[in-house]
This record gives sequence, C-alpha cells and structure tokens, in this order.
Amino acid sequence: MSTASAVPSGVTGATLAKDLRLEWRSKDAINSMLFFSLLVVVVFSFSFDPNAEESRQIAGGLVWVAFLFAAVVALNQTWARELRNQVLDAYRVSPAPANSLFLAKALGNFIFVAVLEILMTPLFIMFYKLRALGPAWQLLPVAVLGTWALVVNGTFFAAVSLRTRSREIMLPLLLFPISIPALLAMVNATTAILTGELSAKFWIVLLSTYDVVFTIACLLLFELVLNAE
Amino acid sequence: MNFLYAAYAATWIIHIVYLGTLVRRYQRLSKEIAELKK
Amino acid sequence: MKRLFPIFGLLTAVLLSFALYEALVAAPTEQTMGNVQRIFYYHVPSAWTAFLLFFINFICSIQYLVRSNPVADKVTNWTVIAIAIAACIAAFVIRPLPEGIEPSSVATTGLMIAGLYFLIKKYFSRERADALAVVSAEVGVVFCTVVLVTGPLWARPVWGIWWTWDVRLTSTLVLWLIYISYLMLRRFSTSGQTPVLAAALAVFGALDVPLVYFSIWIFRTQHPQPVIGGGGSIDPRMLHVLLINWLAFLCFAGLVCWSRYRLEILQRELEETQALEALLEPRSPR
Repeated sequence: MSTASAVPSGVTGATLAKDLRLEWRSKDAINSMLFFSLLVVVVFSFSFDPNAEESRQIAGGLVWVAFLFAAVVALNQTWARELRNQVLDAYRVSPAPANSLFLAKALGNFIFVAVLEILMTPLFIMFYKLRALGPAWQLLPVAVLGTWALVVNGTFFAAVSLRTRSREIMLPLLLFPISIPALLAMVNATTAILTGELSAKFWIVLLSTYDVVFTIACLLLFELVLNAE
Repeated sequence: MNFLYAAYAATWIIHIVYLGTLVRRYQRLSKEIAELKK
Repeated sequence: MKRLFPIFGLLTAVLLSFALYEALVAAPTEQTMGNVQRIFYYHVPSAWTAFLLFFINFICSIQYLVRSNPVADKVTNWTVIAIAIAACIAAFVIRPLPEGIEPSSVATTGLMIAGLYFLIKKYFSRERADALAVVSAEVGVVFCTVVLVTGPLWARPVWGIWWTWDVRLTSTLVLWLIYISYLMLRRFSTSGQTPVLAAALAVFGALDVPLVYFSIWIFRTQHPQPVIGGGGSIDPRMLHVLLINWLAFLCFAGLVCWSRYRLEILQRELEETQALEALLEPRSPR
C-alpha cells in the first residue's frame, strides 16, 4: 500500500486515460459487448412477454441478470491486453503502487459497463413497457452502487483468474457467489422502485456497505494478487 | 418416515463417497511414490 | 502418532453407532413433527461441524497472509486477543442479549476463537497452515453438502416445501457456493502463489457472509415467509442426544481431516521431490 497521495492519482488517471484511449481507437471490446447486450435484451424479451403489471415485478431481476452477463463479458477482457503485451510484468517492476493500477482498471470497467447499461435500458423500457411507480430518481444510486459492486469484485477476480486454466469460466465462478448479497440488493431495490410498493432505502444502505467493504478489501489485497506469478 | 431414512442414508452415502475418493487418491499417490523410488 | 489413528477410529465408530441409536431409538418422539424430526440430530451437528471447519479455513487463510510479514503478524495477534477480551466484556456488559444467547456462550466463543488461532499458529508452520486450509475447506464442503441435502429432506414432510429463502438456509447455501469456488480456484490455478490467491478468496468469503445474513434478514422483513425450524427452547433429553451426535460427528470430522491432511502433506512432499529431480536431471541436448 502506498502512502504518497499525489503519485497514485497521477498514475491512476494516466492508466485510465490510456485504457480509454486504446479502447476508443480499437473499439473491439465495446462493439462486441454492445452487440452481446442487445442480443441478451432481445432473447429475454422473447422468453418473457409479460403485461405492464407483471413486468414491473420481474423486470428488476431480468435487467440485473442481463447487466451481470454484460459485465462478465467486459471483465473477462480486462487484463487480456496487459497479458498479451507483458505489461503486467513491467508494472510489477515499476515503483507505481498496485492500487493505482487496480483503481484505473476498475474505473475503466465501470465506465464500460455503465455505457452498456445506458444503452440497454431504453430497450428494456420499450420491450417491457416499464414505468416506475416509485421514486424513479432512486434508480440512479442503485445503478451506480450496483454496477460498482459488480465491477470492483469482478476486476479483482479477473486478476485472480489470470493464472488459471479455463480463465473465462473461472471469473464468473468466483464472482457470482460473492456477489449474491449485492445482487439481492440490486434486484430488490429496482423492484421496489418500479412497483412503488416498498422502500428501497435499506437496500441502498446495504449496497453502500457492500461497496465500501469490498473496495477496501480489494485495495488491500490487490498487491498480493498482482505479484502472484 | 421415508424421509428420515433417506436423510440418514444420504448423509452416509456422501461421507462414504468422499472417503472413497480419498482412498483412490492415496492409492494413486503410493503408486507414484513407488515409481519415484525406483 | 500412527498407532493413535486406529484407536481414534475405533472410538469414533463406537461413538457414531451409539449416537445413531440414541437418535433413532432413545430420543423422545417429537410431538408435532413425529419421527421425521430425528433428521435434526444429523442435520444440526453437520451444520455446526461445517461452520467450524470453514472457520478453521478462515483462520488458516489469515495466518498464511499475515505470517509472511512480521508487522502484520503482530497486529493480527493483538487483534485476536482484543476480540477475545471484547467478547468476554460484551458477554457481561451488553444487556439485554438477543434472544436465546447466553453470556457464557459469547465469552466462550471469543476465547475459543483466540484459542484456535494460537493453537494453529503454534503447531502449524505457514506452509502447513495452508495445507490445513485446503483440508478444512474440502471436508467443510462435504459436511455442508450433508446439511443442504438433509435440510430439504426435513423441510418437505414437515413444512411442505423443499426450500425457502430464509437467513440460515440462504447463508449456508452461499457459504457452500463460496467454498466450492475456493476449491475450484485451488484446482485450476496454475500460479505458484495459489495459496495466496485462495487465502484472499477465503477472506472475501468471510466478509461476505455477514452481508448475506443481513441482506436476507432485510428481505424477510419485507417479504415474510414461512419460518423453518423456529427457535424456542429444546427438551433437555433432545439436547443431550444432539450433543452426543455432535461429539460423534466432530470426532469423525477429525478423523477425515487427519487422513486428508496426511494425504495433502504426502502429495506436497512428492511434488517437491519431483521438482527437485527435474532440476537435478542433466540437461537434454538441444
């Protein structure tokens, strides 16, 4: 763990900017994820064709499962570029703190998944005739906190899965059990807001707690994972 | 009543299966050690 | 040491048979549930054993992570001692205690946590603590599987449903899933630092469980559902049979862990020897 404050934010910012620039130039990850998300929405719409009342009850679960799959696809390629070009080794040797790399990766993933969610949401609203009966503005903190919960642990476990056989399947295997309380919170908060029947406040508090606990845990333990040869 | 016997049987089946895998692993290990000693 | 194993094995077999007799025959029949309730004598001890084993894995994981760094090691030592002291104080200061919890059990739990931690520290080197972590995770999963199988088999005839999302069932399921992912990581990892990665996962799992508990608790408050296996006091004769079964299963778990541990140590020695041989072998001509 580093103590210098000026260097980490500089390194984090630089790494994040680099990732975003590379992604913008090549657009391979974002294109495949976009198409995948569209497919997921369409397939779900074929499988379930509820009326407006029913859809408010189940949409919470459907939407977050779709986002979860999209997030896994995004997370799987998090470290792929680094691995291809031996960037990780260079990073291990450099004096830059491991946390900065982690934070940069996590923020980059967050932006990618957030873009996906922004693009998928109108489709869901259209296909499921969704209309929030509760305070719709609360959906924003739920989305932000929920996405961060998936992304922070996902980035960490993606790094852990780097040195495993069947790397792509290992990530969801590790991520899903740990994410269960967060998933429960996201789904129930969304359902509560859509149906307007219950308050989403407790769930938002739980999500915040989850985010704080696991962000700290990831930051503390990432250095060990980065150095695992 | 059937559920009772099913539960007790299931418990022991699970334990015996696991012990079986341990025995098999031990046998394979002994074989490898014997080969190494040659 | 080696001669102790068959003696212990025989003792365990006797205990298990006696406990089985007690559970099926000697224990009084429950009023409302009938004989099916006797599943309880296998289900609950398996659960307690599984949780104990997972807790041992957690201790071993923490130790593996901190023992490489003397500062972290000291800090953790003092934290464990602080937890034990805090538990003892809390036991007698916090009033009123939640339903069904005795002050003595809070204090004893705190002391046992510290006792376990320092016992493992004293008798297991860092590498051996890691071996113990693997062992306790595996045997813990076996016992947890028993819990998850016997649970629905008990719930179905008594409450009419195979499963419900209440706190205890869901927490047990999540714990089982987390430890299966732990074992998969151990198996599929090609890194030389697998123990570190696995230990990190175990820590994450331990942080997760209270969150699961709390999340299901909120869920149940909002969506009340049938309560399974309600609290309340237990007939002393039943408690007696329950404890006998727990003792028998603890001894059995000890035996299984001991065997698995010997297997693990043997395997590691074999791998070390093989690695050494590969190093010492003359290079084949390129």
